[in-house]
Amino acid sequence: MKPLVRIASGQGFWGDLLTAPMAQVSNGPIDYLVMDYLAEVTMSIMQKQKNRDPRTGYARDLVTLMRELLPLCIEKNIRIITNGGGVNPLACSDAICETARSLGIRALKVGVVLGDDILGRIDDLQRDGHALKNMETGEPLSSVRDRIQSANAYFGAGPIVEALRQGAQIVITGRTTDTGLTLAPMMYEFGWRQDEWDKLAAGTVAGHILECGGQASGGNFMADWRSVPDLAHIGFPIAEAYPNGEIVLTKHESLGGLVTLQTVKEQLLYEIGNPTDYITPDCVADFTTIRLVQEGRDRVRMTGVKGRPATEFYKVSMSYLDGYTAFGTLTYSWPDALEKAQKADEILRVRLSDLGLKFEEVRTEYLGVNSSHGHLAPEKGDHNEVVMRVGVRSKDREAVERFGMELAPLILTGPPSVTGFAGGRPRPSEVISYWPALIAKNAVKHEVVMRTL
Amino acid sequence: MKVQLLRICHGRSGDKGDTANIGLIAREEKFYPLIERAITAERVKEYFGAMVLGPVERFELPNLWALNFLLHNALGGGGTKSLKNDAQGKTLAAALLRMEIDVPEGMIDGHV
Repeated sequence: MKPLVRIASGQGFWGDLLTAPMAQVSNGPIDYLVMDYLAEVTMSIMQKQKNRDPRTGYARDLVTLMRELLPLCIEKNIRIITNGGGVNPLACSDAICETARSLGIRALKVGVVLGDDILGRIDDLQRDGHALKNMETGEPLSSVRDRIQSANAYFGAGPIVEALRQGAQIVITGRTTDTGLTLAPMMYEFGWRQDEWDKLAAGTVAGHILECGGQASGGNFMADWRSVPDLAHIGFPIAEAYPNGEIVLTKHESLGGLVTLQTVKEQLLYEIGNPTDYITPDCVADFTTIRLVQEGRDRVRMTGVKGRPATEFYKVSMSYLDGYTAFGTLTYSWPDALEKAQKADEILRVRLSDLGLKFEEVRTEYLGVNSSHGHLAPEKGDHNEVVMRVGVRSKDREAVERFGMELAPLILTGPPSVTGFAGGRPRPSEVISYWPALIAKNAVKHEVVMRTL
Repeated sequence: MKVQLLRICHGRSGDKGDTANIGLIAREEKFYPLIERAITAERVKEYFGAMVLGPVERFELPNLWALNFLLHNALGGGGTKSLKNDAQGKTLAAALLRMEIDVPEGMIDGHV
């Protein structure tokens, strides 16, 4: 057994810093590179792409990155784990194998995790008694059934561990939890059983810290952002895991950023609910048991994490079409910037009303005044400039499209000294809403497919 | 003396659907009991007023010197439905740090 395993975060979302994975691989020792690509909205975007072209539906960035990463990762024996397979992990693995071939790589094992995509099985599952009702509101699925765009169960670390056992150097998954990507190599390397709840919880918490990339190592750092060195070359976080479940959060010394109690705490608190019940498919972790110690520069040791048995359910996330939105902005300058922007808003609303257009909501915010903090922002009279931002939402696409034609006319038919309409007419975009549900674990079977070069 | 929470705390906020969460973290251990006592769910609900349509829940993490607040129905529908510029509540932690809190004389700037 290895005395320790170094797991490095490479991407925190689809669209993250593209130089980060290569920086992790080339600036110091790591054993695993984990890349998280999936947010709820990402799955529906990928499904839309796949509907248009059955060879797509995954994070194409990943294939570009692999061109750089593969030679060095193979040379250094670094394994890559990612959920960038999206709604088409097989096509993603095809593209990666193709890239490897074009680089002259002769031997490569790619593990692909399948089975999370239940879009084609919804009716069968319902017939078998799986209601898939909304777990937050209790509504029956029938209210959105005909508008469902994607449906995926969240797998945990288990299927990835299987792929690693079969020798996979790269593991491509669909909807695997962000935390499972980091936990899996610990379970595999240290032989942690699926009922060692405290260790699984420790690995899960480490996964939560890594899942947003640079946000744990000095990015978006509120406590003291001025103190963070060289954010331009920020080193993403690395979890140095030990067989007993202790974990040191760190980063490569030669890169920028910062790993302190405060950077780690901010990320621990990010997007959590009840801290005693952090539920994943692998375990239930208790964040109130975490002990942190700064044991050196950019080294935070985490101990004491307690876990409880996993639940009998997978979470399912479905997306469905829920209307259209469009947004537009105009910039008003001094003098009387805010008053002019407010007048423009008033004129716009009269014109929309004269046209008889129906919206669920028309929202106007004044950027630079109070759009972020509302009534909590102090009154400041003499603004140099104010950006009026108007958003509309409707089930009627044509109404949203028509709104887009009403903004530019305000420049010549509204209050003066207005600019900032360079982007053209606002276009409608689809609203994708989410339907969270639970499903018995035994109703969703995973499958690991190995592809060998 | 009254100070803004920013002086003694830091934090981070984000979204889960239409619910925002704010992690409020004391900068030093000695400040944790102050925020645990003063920054109640009721006070946060009242502070945000019309910005939060649903209830506010609070959870304590004394091990991290931190409180976690859930602000329900606070993001204009959340996700891609929201028309807010800050649809994910990323700036709400900063909004909470504007709040004023009573700190005993001498506790700040090392005059303990």
